[in-house]
Amino acid sequence: MEDKRKTRKVPTGIYFLLAVILIFIVLFFIDRTGAKESLKISFNIAKTIIPILVIVIAFTAFVNYFLDSQKIAKYLSKESGIKGWAIATIGGIISHGPSFVWYQLIQDLRGKGMSSGMAAVFFYNRAIKIPLLPMMIFYFSLKFVVVLTLLMITASLIVWKVMDIINK
Amino acid sequence: MKNNKSFLKALLNSLTSFGRLFPIMLGVILCIGLFQVYISKHLLKNVFTGKIIQDTLIGGFIGSITTGNPINSYIIGLQLLDDGVTLFAVTAFIICWVTVGIVQLPYEISALGKEFALSRNLISFVISFFIAIATVLILQIV
Repeated sequence: MEDKRKTRKVPTGIYFLLAVILIFIVLFFIDRTGAKESLKISFNIAKTIIPILVIVIAFTAFVNYFLDSQKIAKYLSKESGIKGWAIATIGGIISHGPSFVWYQLIQDLRGKGMSSGMAAVFFYNRAIKIPLLPMMIFYFSLKFVVVLTLLMITASLIVWKVMDIINK
Repeated sequence: MKNNKSFLKALLNSLTSFGRLFPIMLGVILCIGLFQVYISKHLLKNVFTGKIIQDTLIGGFIGSITTGNPINSYIIGLQLLDDGVTLFAVTAFIICWVTVGIVQLPYEISALGKEFALSRNLISFVISFFIAIATVLILQIV
């Protein structure tokens, strides 16, 4: 069963990538400037995330090496309660870079016992970016940012509970 | 020595699982480039109607399909406000920009499973709608 899943995973990603490459090839004939600009943006994104990816890969290895399933289950399972929610919330807030660079780590943690609710809380609270708060305050006012941030942290409690109910 | 080998094994496992996800991640990065070029600010502005509920949903939907650095969502959000779009819609747009990821969805499904990815994105969208409404209402009272 496990083998079947693994062999199915690789082609799915490759087909998706090939489909996107095909779109780019078509675009090069229709709108060369737009295609080049898109490639440039993608290249810049890739450049930005490489250091974060290296950290995430190393961090995933550390987690796999130091934390066993029992520890993960204790701190991030359905039974870990409000302490687990707090850990997932803080983890989400301090994590850096785009969400997708964290998928691999969360995949590993879920394999070790992290609940769906905790994983969702991690991703939801990634919307709160401490280094970006001054800029957000500058654009939208301090009052707006305080209210929004508090509401988002509180709402992640609902995300946690609903996700754990849905993904049993 | 044994410990070093075990850590090396953990690192190798980490690299292998990253390698499995790499093609889809590359595809997502290329999609983000396409979205940033072909979904213009002008196009975004024109889809709003002036109705609070409808615009909040539209703001959330646009935030869900657009992606990139959150700073861009603040800049676009401010421009939308200047163009007369409501704060309800802009707030939903900013929240969904980060919490919902339609472009990344194939990658999220591949890494974390279909059920998890779909339910997480749907719940995040619904909750973002209510947070946007609540934020603006609270601001009006405070």
